[in-house]
Amino acid sequence: MTAAAKPTPSANVSADAETSPERLGAEVIWEALIREGVDVVFGYPGGAVMPAYDALSKYPQVRHILTRHEQGAAHMADGYARASGRVGVCIATSGPGATNLVTGIATAMLDSVPMVAITGQVAAPLIGTDAFQETDVTGVTLPITKHNYLVTRAEDIAPTIREAFYVARSGRPGPVVVDITKDAQQATIIPEYSTEPVRLPGYRPEHHPSGSDYSAAVEMIAQARKPLLFCGHGVIKSGATDTLIAFAERTDIPVAVTLLGLGGFPASHPLSLGMMGMHGEAWVNQAIQEADLIIAVGMRFDDRVTGTLSTYAKNAKKIHVELDPAEINKNVRVDLPLIGNAGDVLEELLARVAPSSHPDWRGRIDELKGDSAVRDIRSMPDNGRLFAAHVMHDLWQLTDGKALIVTDVGQHQMWEAQYYKHDYPRKLVTSGGLGTMGFALPAAMGARLACPDDEIWVIAGDGGFQMTSPELATCKQENIKVNIAIINNGYLGMVRQWQQFFYGGRYVATPIVSPDFVKLADAHGLEGLRVTRRADIPAAVATARANDVTTIIDFRVEQEDSVYPMVPSGSDLGTMIRRPRVDGGEHNPIFETGKDK
Amino acid sequence: MQPQPVVTQRTLVAYVEDLPGVLNRVASLFRRRNYNIVSLTVGRTHEPGMSRITLVVEADPDVSRRIQANLYKLVNVVSVEDITDVPNLIRDVALIKVSTNQSDAETDAAVVREAICRLAEDYRARVVDVADDAMTLEVAGRLEKIEKIVEALRPFGILEMAQSGVIAMSRGGQSLVAAQKNAARDPHRAA
Repeated sequence: MTAAAKPTPSANVSADAETSPERLGAEVIWEALIREGVDVVFGYPGGAVMPAYDALSKYPQVRHILTRHEQGAAHMADGYARASGRVGVCIATSGPGATNLVTGIATAMLDSVPMVAITGQVAAPLIGTDAFQETDVTGVTLPITKHNYLVTRAEDIAPTIREAFYVARSGRPGPVVVDITKDAQQATIIPEYSTEPVRLPGYRPEHHPSGSDYSAAVEMIAQARKPLLFCGHGVIKSGATDTLIAFAERTDIPVAVTLLGLGGFPASHPLSLGMMGMHGEAWVNQAIQEADLIIAVGMRFDDRVTGTLSTYAKNAKKIHVELDPAEINKNVRVDLPLIGNAGDVLEELLARVAPSSHPDWRGRIDELKGDSAVRDIRSMPDNGRLFAAHVMHDLWQLTDGKALIVTDVGQHQMWEAQYYKHDYPRKLVTSGGLGTMGFALPAAMGARLACPDDEIWVIAGDGGFQMTSPELATCKQENIKVNIAIINNGYLGMVRQWQQFFYGGRYVATPIVSPDFVKLADAHGLEGLRVTRRADIPAAVATARANDVTTIIDFRVEQEDSVYPMVPSGSDLGTMIRRPRVDGGEHNPIFETGKDK
Repeated sequence: MQPQPVVTQRTLVAYVEDLPGVLNRVASLFRRRNYNIVSLTVGRTHEPGMSRITLVVEADPDVSRRIQANLYKLVNVVSVEDITDVPNLIRDVALIKVSTNQSDAETDAAVVREAICRLAEDYRARVVDVADDAMTLEVAGRLEKIEKIVEALRPFGILEMAQSGVIAMSRGGQSLVAAQKNAARDPHRAA
């Protein structure tokens, strides 16, 4: 949004940073960010934020990544935050710059990602006049932020940014917008930087369960014969993986994970069941329906996890370990809430529970698993065609399961979740709650800046990738190297799958024509490869890994493959559309339903 | 299936920081979460920088607890309490303007005025304005009381009516501000 209004004469006179205590509001922005430990911001300049950009030249310790769209900046800050646990920062101008951030802010909100978005705003006297590039940014972002601020005085910039970081990262994290008027950026003040802890009279980010709640939980766990643990995003956010492993081992309770919980409990652990929910493993969903106790840790019973609520886990008592009291009984009524940080609560539970074992229950789950093996696409004979699941599986093996994977949204996202076995936390970055197509490439670029030593793979569909593919130019300009696997099936695959299953096979607006991704990479000064046979996967992956530049692999996969199993939206969790058996026992049913299958 | 909880009107009071946009945040929360507001009032308190919001909502106790938890998530909300089930004072003020010109010319305006005054006495309303053709009554009390006097006055012809919305407070020596200063009350326990 470069349509800058009247450029103001350079107002730098005051800022001899070495000698004078005076600072422009614009300079205070950067100094406040630096005090929060910020070393990289993702953004796009424009009229109302130009004073801040001008001042940036004085702070070389902050790296600025110029994106090609503000949505990319927000996703980069998001990816940075998810991969590192630190607060990601993006910056944009007023009006369209700020509204272009909205999708990225909402994405961060739904997945509780700590982010601070700085936006320029028209000068305070112009607010409310429909000035050029004026938008009510605090109004627009109010329902999609944890909190937001409009700053109209230079004196308020430093304390507000400090407060914004505190709010963004404390308690249940979330995005915070700081909208700063142009005149506040241009005013000269002598800033005061507080080092005192932030005190907000009404803000209580921490909660602790009572001793009697813990006793009740221990009793429920001791009574259970068919217990399950759920590992959600909160386990990863609170760094509770080791505690969860210890707790699961001590109590011999199998662990199912949510999409955002993948990696929170190691997939290779004997007690790991896999992912639950709409595209979860069949045995996991069946086990949930049979369980007599569910201990849900750091998750919020999203509708994609529960299926229809009226029949969800009816045999199970439920303990909900959750930091946000507003999540308790929101979707699923629970018997015992333990409100607190997942790590702290698990630690305390671990100290109180007695060791136990559940051989019958685990045997029953193994029984449920048996049927799935013959439906596993990995068991399919190689018919010469390339299946997305093969790509995920082979990529997992070729990277030793250690890559940091950033997915987009759709079929490939589910295949990744099913076939890339995550053993480590913060190695999967994906938009779960909002399901934002176009997320992967920019989020991976943010993750790259947070984790310079990780091997990073973008996994995206041909549809979603095109939503933010201009950021390839940012990769080139900023010398950001990621590996990109495009799962190219010529369709908006997940919508096509729904059309096949639920809309009479009418493929309305789902066939999609893409550019030649190899040439697209080339046009950006990057490298592109195409893979059409499974046998060619290892060589292509090796080439991408060895390249210094961002490399796209265009995987031309089976066009009309579907993600199995699938719990149809709003159905009982035990009712799944299953992949046809691949042992030759069944012919040509596109799908079959029923929990008995 | 669990028994369906009874949805009734519940009265919540909240202390919020007196800052621009705070009322918008509270109202936006109710819109966003699809909670039904019956009445919302906001006003200053004896504490500088603090406003008090009284909310009457349609909710069962569990939804009320979740509303409180969501209100607590607003950074500017300092404390919240559901005072429905504690001894409380609930007040709403209404101004009701009633015509004293009856359609049948037989009835004298003075007679009508007298009748309205008697009604006002019965309902402990005050006459706050008298004109040739109309009277205005002020009545304070619970919503039900106001509804009753409205029905009683309706036959005379109500010209105009204004209601303040509900303000509320618990009885006795307990203070919401004091409770808040004791800190770290778990909103889940509030129900």
